[in-house]
Amino acid sequence: MSKPIVEAREIHKHFGHLHVLKGVDLEVAERELVFVIGPSGSGKSTLLRCLNRLEEPSSGSVVVDGIDMLDPRTDINHARQRIGMVFQSFNLYPHMTALGNVTLALRKVAGKSRGEADVLGMAALERVGLADRAGHTPGQLSGGQQQRVAIARAIALEPRVMLFDEPTSALDPELVGSVLEVMRDLRQSGMTMIVVSHEMGFARNAADRVVFMDDGLIVEQGPPAAIFENPTQERTRAFIGQIQRH
Amino acid sequence: MSTWDRFVETFFNAKVMVKYLPDILSGMVVTIELAVLIVLSGLFAGLVLALLRALAIRPLNWLIIFVVDLFRSLPPLVIIVLIYFGLPAAGVSPSGFVSTWLSLAFVLMAFSEEIFWAGITSIPKGQWEASRSTGLSFGQTLINVVLPQALRLTIPPLTNRTIAITKGTALGTVVAVAEILGQASSAVSNSYNPSPLMMGAAAYLVLFLPVVVAARWIETKFAWKR
Repeated sequence: MSKPIVEAREIHKHFGHLHVLKGVDLEVAERELVFVIGPSGSGKSTLLRCLNRLEEPSSGSVVVDGIDMLDPRTDINHARQRIGMVFQSFNLYPHMTALGNVTLALRKVAGKSRGEADVLGMAALERVGLADRAGHTPGQLSGGQQQRVAIARAIALEPRVMLFDEPTSALDPELVGSVLEVMRDLRQSGMTMIVVSHEMGFARNAADRVVFMDDGLIVEQGPPAAIFENPTQERTRAFIGQIQRH
Repeated sequence: MSTWDRFVETFFNAKVMVKYLPDILSGMVVTIELAVLIVLSGLFAGLVLALLRALAIRPLNWLIIFVVDLFRSLPPLVIIVLIYFGLPAAGVSPSGFVSTWLSLAFVLMAFSEEIFWAGITSIPKGQWEASRSTGLSFGQTLINVVLPQALRLTIPPLTNRTIAITKGTALGTVVAVAEILGQASSAVSNSYNPSPLMMGAAAYLVLFLPVVVAARWIETKFAWKR
């Protein structure tokens, strides 16, 4: 394994008296695709959100691409440009066009002129196959198209890591494929990706590693085949059994 | 003289109306000046308070909420009277015009702060997160992502409240502001005829009906489909 690009150590997170993360270590190598699975409430989304500090860990350390994310001296807004994030509910800005969504951070954070931003934004929309929808507002797009615009918004900033928080959970089944296709394409381009999702088929043939979380801890991790076919832990086996029955 | 003639003679007396038209017109100018000042300063102050409140600095927010609740509770007339008759005791003597302007601007500030704040808090958390995750700062997110959406939501309640408070300029009569109602009342006393009051009512319609219609148009224009 090459030098890790994401290094999370001993992450704890409390919400009031709820102990959501109980000391999680996660290392992700460059160009690796890591799948995080687990029952709801197991802390997988919280872990993901601790990596770009949308959630402030109660303790522990997070280093992404050599930047200490929890150091108060770190310019968090600068650091976050290197970490793209895609949300379950897309979270596109409804008052802007698709291109406006993609170019906002390019202009405001990366300091591009409107012209430069538009060129980069169109290239990003092209990558997700939606260049012809640049002038549409989110309300005029299907769920799958909205999620692809959200991916374009993240990759336009040329991040070093992409975080996906249940990117297909809010989509109608027939729209899931187009989003997974974009993710597969990203994977082929060598993007480092951490994906919280229950798309087992995608995990099986695209993931380098599957991490199983339960009750705020990583219970077991390994190559997809090992986790899905021969889990060593009882909890993993129970969970895999449950989701495969559906 | 028939009843009808007496009615017209009393309420739509042409001679009286012609005589006092210039007074009513100058009253309209004063009302417009007051209204513009109140709307601009009241909405601006309300927006600034709402933005300050978004910073979530606790003692500051308590202060904002106190001030806002104060001005939402007091009847505007009471505030006008307090400023006009009370401030001189403290060594400042604002004119009736300034007293009315400040009072109604404070009231509009208070109500519009609540409306702006409600708009800001109604924007889903995911909008903040998406923007912050791409590196926009708190302030950039507020200005570029949250506020444009919040303002659209606030337009209907805001226009209603603004119109209601701006009509309160008629309260200026109490502190001798020569706005429409003030001019109409003194014309009534001088002419012993209520026709100027009808002109005053017409003047308010001429001023505010277009505003109400424009508000309706703005509400439709700024609604957008999600």
